[in-house]
Amino acid sequence: MRPPRHIVALAGAVLAALALSLFSDRIDPYFLDVLTGVGINVILAVSLNLVNGYTGQFSLGHAGFMSVGAYLSAAITVLWGPSLLGADGGTAAQQGVLFFAALVAGGLGAALAGLAVGIPSLRLKGDYLALVTLGSGEIIRVIFQNVDALGGALGLNGIPAYTTVFWVYSAGALTVFTVACLVQSTYGRGFLATHDDEIASEAVGLNTTRYKIVAFVVSAFFAGVAGGLYGHFKLTITPTGFDFTKSIEIVVMVILGGMGNTVGVILAAVLLTILPEVLRSVDQYRMVLYSMLLIALMLARPKGLFNFDYGAICARLWRRLAPARPAGGGPGAR
Amino acid sequence: MSEFLQQLINGLSLGAIYALIALGYTMVYGVLRFINFAHSDVFMVGAFIGYYAGRHLPQGTVWGGLVAMAAAMAGCALLGMLIERLVYRPLRGGPTLNVLITAIGMSLFLEYAGQLVFGATPRAFPTIFPSRVMEFHGLIISMNQVLVIVVAALLLLGLELTVFRTRIGTAMRAVALNPGAAQLVGINIDVVISFTFGLGSALAAAGGVLYALNYPSIDPLMGVVPGLKAFVAAVLGGVGNIPGAALGAMILGMVETFVDGSRWSTYKDAIAFTILIGILLFRPAGLLGRLTAEKV
Repeated sequence: MRPPRHIVALAGAVLAALALSLFSDRIDPYFLDVLTGVGINVILAVSLNLVNGYTGQFSLGHAGFMSVGAYLSAAITVLWGPSLLGADGGTAAQQGVLFFAALVAGGLGAALAGLAVGIPSLRLKGDYLALVTLGSGEIIRVIFQNVDALGGALGLNGIPAYTTVFWVYSAGALTVFTVACLVQSTYGRGFLATHDDEIASEAVGLNTTRYKIVAFVVSAFFAGVAGGLYGHFKLTITPTGFDFTKSIEIVVMVILGGMGNTVGVILAAVLLTILPEVLRSVDQYRMVLYSMLLIALMLARPKGLFNFDYGAICARLWRRLAPARPAGGGPGAR
Repeated sequence: MSEFLQQLINGLSLGAIYALIALGYTMVYGVLRFINFAHSDVFMVGAFIGYYAGRHLPQGTVWGGLVAMAAAMAGCALLGMLIERLVYRPLRGGPTLNVLITAIGMSLFLEYAGQLVFGATPRAFPTIFPSRVMEFHGLIISMNQVLVIVVAALLLLGLELTVFRTRIGTAMRAVALNPGAAQLVGINIDVVISFTFGLGSALAAAGGVLYALNYPSIDPLMGVVPGLKAFVAAVLGGVGNIPGAALGAMILGMVETFVDGSRWSTYKDAIAFTILIGILLFRPAGLLGRLTAEKV
C-alpha cells in the first residue's frame, strides 16, 4: 500500500527543512533571520486562518496566545534548562529534546488559554467576538506584566538561541499539514459549514459551538508553538511585543491571503514579512500602508489579494505542460 | 470616608469622559449595527484639534477653552461624516466581517497617519481652561474635574433633547428601529446616518479635549485604550441604548478608579475587559438593553 500523499508531503517538508538547516552555516545570517521570521509568521497566519478563515469567526487575540506559548517555553528553557542540562549546557541532542518539550508545553499552555477564552466567548458573534478576543489578549498581556518571575513589564531576557530553520519549518509544515487535514476531513466539513451558515448548520444538527472551540484551541496551540519559536529566536520577549498591533499584523496576513485559502495566506505571510525588510527606509509608513491596504482590499477585493484556486491553476499548468495526457486529469485537480 | 468621596469624584469625572465616547459608539451601533473602531481615533483627533486651537487662544479663560472645544467638535464632526461617506457607505449592507475589518483599518490609518502628521512623541496639552484646585473639607477637587462633569452633563442633556425632541432625532430612532421601514416613510437614511456620525464624533471630540485636560499629555495612540473602555461601557449599558451608555460609562469609571486606588492598581487595564466578558456571558444585552431574537 502506498502511504497517503499528505504524509509524504509532510515528511518531505521536514526533510527539506533539515537539509536547509544543515547548510545554514553557508547561508548569509541576515537572509537566515528573514527566513526564520517568515516561517514563524507562516505558522501564525495559517493557524489563525483556521479560525478567521475556515470557521468564519473573527479573533483578534492571536498575539495573546502567542505570548502564552512564548513565555511558557522560555520559562522552561531559562528557569529549568540550566538544572536539567547541567553546567556545560548539555549536548545538542539534550538541548533539542528540551526545546521540543518546551515548544510542546508552550503550545499546550496556549491551547489551554484558548480553551479558557473560547468556551465563554465563542457563543458570541462578529463584532462582539472580535472585541472579547481582543480583550482577552490584553488581559493576558496585563497578567504577564505583573508576573515578576517572568520579568514583569521589562520582559524575559537571556533566552537560549535554540530556534533554527529546521525547527521553524518543521513546525510550519506540521501546522499546514494539521490545518489542511482537519479542514478536508469529514469532521472538518463542520468548520466550513459553521462559516457558511451557522443557523443552518445548527438546524442540521452540527454543534457549531464545539467546532468553533476546536478551531480556536488548535489555532491557539500553533500560535503558542510559534510564540516559543519566536522567543528562542529573538532571545528576549516583552509583554508589549504581543499587543493588539501584533494580532492585527497576523489578521492582515489572513485577510490579504484570502480567508480560508491556506496557500494564499502562506504567500501573504511571506510577502508581509519580507516587505518591511525591503521597505526599511520608509518604515514609518509601514502601518499607514497596512491600514490603507486593509481598507482598499475591503472596498475593491474583499475576498483577498491572493485568493485564487491554486489547485485549478496547477492543474491548468500541468495540462499545458503535458498536452499528450488525456484532458481532465492532472494531479492537482480534485 | 473622605478618601471614598475623593475617589467617587475622580471616578465620576473619568466616567463622564467615557460616557462622551461611549455615546458615539452606541449611536452608530444603533443605526448601522457595527462597531466603529475608528471612533476612538476621532477622539484623538479631537484632542489634537483642541491642542492646536488652544495654542492660538488666550490661556486659562473660559471662552478660550470653549472656543477650542467647539473647534474640536466641529472638526471631528466633519471628519466623522467624511469617514462615513468615503469608507463606510460603499460597504453598507455588505458582510459584517468586511465592515469590521474596514473599521479596524480606518482606526489604524488614523493612528499611524496621526503619528506621521503630529509626531509620535507625547505633547503637553495647554491649560485652555482656568485651572484652580479647590479644597473642601479635605476633598481636593480640581477645576478640570468640575468642568468635565458639567460639560459632559450639558452635552448629554443636549443629546437627549436632540434624540427625543427633534425631527432628525425621531428619524434617527426610526432608522435604528427598522432602516427599511424608515426609508419607506420618507426618511433619507443617508442624511440620518451622516448626522449620527457627525453627532457622535463631535461628542468624542469634546471627550478628547476634556480627557487631555485631565491627563495633560496627548499622542496619536491616546485614543486606543479609552476608546476600548468606552466601548465596553456601551456594551455594559446595552449597546444601542443612549442612557445605558451613560450609565455603563459611569459604572466603569467608578470601578476603574477604585481599583486604581487599591493594591490591585497594576491590573487596572484588565478590569474593563473582565467586565466585558462577564457582562456578555451573563447579560449579553447589557444592563438596560433588550434581547432580540434572531430572524432566519
